[in-house]
Amino acid sequence: MYSRIFFFLLFLIKFSQFLHFSGIKGMLFVSRSLCCRGIGTYQLQTNLLSRSIKLSASDTMAFRHKNTRRIEGLDSNVWVEFTKVAADPSIVNLGQGLPDICPPSYVKEELAKAAAVDRLNQYTRGFGHPSLVKALSQVYERVCGRKIDPLTDILVTVGGYGSLFSTIQALIEEGDEVIIIEPFYDCYEPMVKMAGAKPVFIPLRYKNGGNSASSADWVLDPAELASKFNLKTKAIILNTPHNPIGKVFTREELQIIADLCIKHDTLCISDEVYEWLVYKGNKHTKIATLPGMWERTITIGSAGKTYSVTGWKLGWSIGPQNLIKHLQVVHQNTLYTCPTPLQEALAQALWVDYKRMDDPDCYFYSLPRELESKRDRMAQLLQEVGLTPVIPEGGYFMIVDVSTLNVDLSDVDENQPYDYKFVRWMISSKKLSAIPLSAFCGPETKRQFEKYIRFCFIKKDSTLDAAEVILKNWKKQRA
Amino acid sequence: MLRRAGPFLRHFLLERNCSVGYSSYCSEAKMSRPVQARRLEGVDKNIWVEFVKLATTYSTVNLGQGFPDFPPPEFLKEAFSRAVSGEKHMLHQYTRAFGHPPLVKILAQLFGKLLGRDLDPMTNVMVTVGAYQALFCCFQAFIDEGDEVIIIEPFFDCYEPMVKMAGGTPVYIPLRPKAPKEGKLMSSADWQLDPAELASKFSEQTKAIVLNSPNNPLGKVFSRGELELIADLCVKHDALCISDEVYEWLVYDGKEHIRIASLPGMWDRTVIIGSAGKTFSVTGWKVGWTVGSNRLLQHLRTVHQNSVYHCATAAQDAVAEGFQRELEHYGKPDSYFVQLPRELQQKRDQLVQSLVAVGMKPIIPEGTYFLVADISEFKSEVPDVPNSDEPYDSRFAKWMVKNKGLAAIPLSAFYCEAHKGNYNSFIRFCFAKEDATLKAADDILQKWKLEKTAP
Repeated sequence: MYSRIFFFLLFLIKFSQFLHFSGIKGMLFVSRSLCCRGIGTYQLQTNLLSRSIKLSASDTMAFRHKNTRRIEGLDSNVWVEFTKVAADPSIVNLGQGLPDICPPSYVKEELAKAAAVDRLNQYTRGFGHPSLVKALSQVYERVCGRKIDPLTDILVTVGGYGSLFSTIQALIEEGDEVIIIEPFYDCYEPMVKMAGAKPVFIPLRYKNGGNSASSADWVLDPAELASKFNLKTKAIILNTPHNPIGKVFTREELQIIADLCIKHDTLCISDEVYEWLVYKGNKHTKIATLPGMWERTITIGSAGKTYSVTGWKLGWSIGPQNLIKHLQVVHQNTLYTCPTPLQEALAQALWVDYKRMDDPDCYFYSLPRELESKRDRMAQLLQEVGLTPVIPEGGYFMIVDVSTLNVDLSDVDENQPYDYKFVRWMISSKKLSAIPLSAFCGPETKRQFEKYIRFCFIKKDSTLDAAEVILKNWKKQRA
Repeated sequence: MLRRAGPFLRHFLLERNCSVGYSSYCSEAKMSRPVQARRLEGVDKNIWVEFVKLATTYSTVNLGQGFPDFPPPEFLKEAFSRAVSGEKHMLHQYTRAFGHPPLVKILAQLFGKLLGRDLDPMTNVMVTVGAYQALFCCFQAFIDEGDEVIIIEPFFDCYEPMVKMAGGTPVYIPLRPKAPKEGKLMSSADWQLDPAELASKFSEQTKAIVLNSPNNPLGKVFSRGELELIADLCVKHDALCISDEVYEWLVYDGKEHIRIASLPGMWDRTVIIGSAGKTFSVTGWKVGWTVGSNRLLQHLRTVHQNSVYHCATAAQDAVAEGFQRELEHYGKPDSYFVQLPRELQQKRDQLVQSLVAVGMKPIIPEGTYFLVADISEFKSEVPDVPNSDEPYDSRFAKWMVKNKGLAAIPLSAFYCEAHKGNYNSFIRFCFAKEDATLKAADDILQKWKLEKTAP
């Protein structure tokens, strides 16, 4: 009989080892406690064992609920790390593209007014609040010089991000290729992958010439670009003004892209969220206005970037009805409507500025003027430390090659790109944050861009003052 | 494959030198293959687009789409006003992507209390753009091609296209009406699942079941026994439960809303979905949330960060304040969660009376702000069209809004294509309306009845 008990206990040990090996937490504890019990508790043991097996079996079985194939490998994200870090108030945050300047007061007032109207706290039209799509159609009819139907040619979405998502889900699928220009706003790649398609990268390359580095010096090689197009190419994603470099594509550069789109019957997803933020001497051109392009282009805009209200998360897609209708189908099956009071407020703000589009005080022009002086200040501060920033023609980001500072980070984790290590070091030792540029690159180009970091300069003067102090001290330490 | 072979062959056969000719050929090629992705197949139709337009055009009294026509509570409006005009101007900028910290903290606190669990605001809660986007994240995160999802009919219509868009196969099971007791009106409790039938719907391919309690459109509040039936099957077949509980506070006659995630074995396999729109009568704010184990929510976060990323900040801040206030007043008579269902119960009873008086037979809802009524007595108004593609109740509802100015939604909207004809003499009314609106509806119905009986 004792040998029977012994073998039973041995069985329990073996079984618990098996379950432990299968990854069940807590089974070892249970089995150990069983082994310690005496003979009299045999019945209790089997009950306990069978219940723990049942629970632990469901524990094993619950692991089958992993992620779907479409999101495989898409869980990591540069922002998760770097926005957390920047939440520390002792750090001067020039990382995430987040204005810390105030939005214009009339914009905030319109939101307060809208929220006070009871009906505006309930659902509105799914594809876009009527007064908002009307206002958008007016503004963009003027900009594009063509008729835009507010109900069929426009979809209001949750930010430029939501516009990109609706566009890609509507028009891109498995078997498609999508051309992405590097560096790129980081979400393009995972969104294309989530749609089952293959991203095809082409880098902007620095062309030498002149002393000052400008975003205009970063160009696409036309032959290289042409080689990326093939029968599978469903779309190219264009971002102008460009994040992170700040390049404003010229008409000639856009014509090269347009010619290829027409030749290969490719769509163009044109992310123009920074459309108003262009600096002196530059002009934002909408690729959709080039011949043959309206019918194949979705143009994306953002209230967050237009009015410095990133927290409103309102964006829009504009294009021909036969494309927009598919984005609308995605929208009605993903979130259906966007918040009403925000849309009403945005509509009212757009009317204010639409009426003064011939006036230099229009916010579409006054904001870039304000930002240009911040851009120039930021550039100067970086130059004083001995760096050569790339002066952006548009947008509110500036990239800079930090390798010239020769900060030795070889003792830090080898597998990370240099810029990630540099930014982390800069955050902890200089209390200044930025974003590593290799986050915006495909796998082949990470080495090329890992010496660059990106600063955001849509910051109030006191933030730039604090950055100045840090950079001046840094310079002293280097001297 | 074949679609792409076509243009490829034509490309070879019709090659031109001239770029104009080439581009016109290319536009022909473009037209010969669909530009849209296959995931949109069969999900393009949407009942609301049509019925909302009809209501806007014709209705004088809109009891159709589900939204309140009374204002949100004052304390919430004030909170929003503070958020947008106050000193915290950073509330106009991005907040934490998976949920504004004050909101996820208070949700973790409240749901922790309701579920009897310690919840981590950072990993057990995620904020979404309305419950609608929460549902989208669930299907995208867990449903792959070939997975089956059980949907209980009648269902909130978006479940079906969302499952399809994720490549899944919906498997339907109807709630079946039992005859009410002699002399009593039918209740939503009389609509029940057949246990054997439900069990038969679970297979090796079953990934999840969607539960909606309180149920839209019927208003059914699933009992503990009914939930245990579903829970046992979920555990047995290792299926997930997507639990749409947006109407959780709107339960009447002293009924209790039971959260399936609190049943044994269910926490690890359930995602609970909630809505500020329904909780606080602010459907236009589009603030929703998911609550569940980190092991499930991590995948919702992946979908979320690759689709919308952030939700609007100010409304989240206001909702957080709203919940703070409610936690302080929890269970007290001035709690909005106590007052709102009390008011709505009265409105429900008012509508029931109106409908009974004119000969429409209401099914008394145990919860939600919807009520389904049998319109058989009024069928003579709208002649039946044999072999019509459109279900009878849909034609009836359209006729009613155009001719009587009263908007409601046909029950067939909440059934799959194959079953739309099964319960085709019912329409759904929304009674989250001011008394004046309900009185106006009553006037229309009374007048209609008189016209019917007049010689």
